Amino acid sequence: MARFAPGEAVHVQDRHPAGHLRTPAYCRGKRGVVERICGSFGQPESYGFGGDGKPFQPLYRVRFEQARIWPDYDGPATDTVEIEIFEHWLDPAG
Amino acid sequence: MRQYHDMGGLPAGPIDRHEHESALWEKRVDALLMLLAGRKPPLMRVDELRRGIEQLPPDAYDRLSYYERWISSISAILVEKGVLDQAELEARVAEVRARAEGAG
Repeated sequence: MARFAPGEAVHVQDRHPAGHLRTPAYCRGKRGVVERICGSFGQPESYGFGGDGKPFQPLYRVRFEQARIWPDYDGPATDTVEIEIFEHWLDPAG
Repeated sequence: MRQYHDMGGLPAGPIDRHEHESALWEKRVDALLMLLAGRKPPLMRVDELRRGIEQLPPDAYDRLSYYERWISSISAILVEKGVLDQAELEARVAEVRARAEGAG
């Protein structure tokens, strides 16, 4: 059961543990909006070390405004970037 | 904080857009991973390939080509998992190297 719905604002957790992480550093701590729920998948953080990937978790495609990602972004304000992020990296954004 | 390989957004210079053919050994490395990952259960997953590449020391990460990173990771992961024996692998590499030098 997915915790977030399309259109919902989320905040990417700003943490930097060791390990095999698929959440790029440049989006951590940033605010985005759920664009879609991609499904439920095993964890690369576990698979990367020979684990079984459990627990499976919802994966979201999150849309960010480029200007929120890059402090000096000088492209159009409508530019976005979408990143696929697992649920345990996301918090609700108020 | 940022892991070395996690380079999104860093200055990277111009992109080399030249097309190039893959060498035979590069195709073999690709095929090797497909065979390892396609086993049920897999002998090695693509996630492990990536993790092994991420664990390369920064100087090796920068110096190695795309498929050199792959084969470095595949070798390390298979030794780690006990599929290959380090001494056996080194002996085989020495044997192939000697044969190549003999042929050259």
